[in-house]
Amino acid sequence: MTGAPPLSRGPLRLLVALASLASLTLPFALPAGALAQARTSLPAIERQVMCVTCKIPLNVAQSPQADRERAFIQGLIDRGEGEAEIKNTLVAQYGPTVLGLPATNGFDLAAYLVPIAVVLTLLVLLVLLLPRWRRQARVQARSGKAAPALGAADAARLRSDLERFD
Amino acid sequence: MLPILASLAGVCLVGLLIYGVSAQSVSRTLDERVKLGERPAAPDATRSLQTLEGGGRSSLAALRGKVVVLNFWASWCEPCQTEAPLLERAQRALLARRGTVLGVTYKDATPDSQSFVRQFHLTYPNLRDGEGSFARSYGTDQLPETFVLDRQGRVVAISRGEIDQAFIDRALALAQST
Repeated sequence: MTGAPPLSRGPLRLLVALASLASLTLPFALPAGALAQARTSLPAIERQVMCVTCKIPLNVAQSPQADRERAFIQGLIDRGEGEAEIKNTLVAQYGPTVLGLPATNGFDLAAYLVPIAVVLTLLVLLVLLLPRWRRQARVQARSGKAAPALGAADAARLRSDLERFD
Repeated sequence: MLPILASLAGVCLVGLLIYGVSAQSVSRTLDERVKLGERPAAPDATRSLQTLEGGGRSSLAALRGKVVVLNFWASWCEPCQTEAPLLERAQRALLARRGTVLGVTYKDATPDSQSFVRQFHLTYPNLRDGEGSFARSYGTDQLPETFVLDRQGRVVAISRGEIDQAFIDRALALAQST
């Protein structure tokens, strides 16, 4: 019921190392076109683009125009185009809205900048407030150590209680 | 200090939201001016667009001196299919009177637009507005949309939706009156 002896792990380790090496070197061994062909599929592109008339992602769109877009994308895939090329062609044909991404100019830029600004603001607030909170916590901890002195009556009652337990 | 900063951030976000809503809404300045009887210059007239058949570029400015029926369309748009024969008839009539229909495809793949042209035997020139920026300068957000321009390149009539013969007759009379 015990695990495999340490010696038998040697070949396994070697196999894992070889598999890792192969996965790292495979992209360089294959021609770029073959790799793009292997990776590009209609569902993969459908998830990333919009149906321009229905204004919903293409993978959930059901309309004649969505079918035309799918056929157009399939034609590009059949020609061996990679994902980036297909997206560029789609933008050239249907306009930038086909990607369903905010533009990188005008008001749409706010979609990228606002989250960054919010994160930075929170970081700055943390940097400013954290030392203050730690100082307050230290002060509270210190004041907690020095217990208030007992009155004479309380001290007498405590003593008698403790004696009862002895 | 913290409440002030939070309030400031809130005000900034609300301001951004208001600006965004106003910036994203479609401009109807052209419609308002035409309704007032003005003849505003056609926007973006010098923007060069690719011809649908490929192999060249053209712009609205190249048609200065002609009455132009500028029609935004796409092959997937059903009203565009309905009005295509009407536009082709208008083109035949305009040829004799120093005018032309100019189609501009928008949000449409080139092969689809080309087969639309063949299907409806359209003889007027068509350009491709791939990025949609030309259409945006006209406040176009639905299809079809038609703008009739006089010989000086000024907008005299606008139809945001399918046109009919009465619109064409009225708009052309207006455009040729100068």
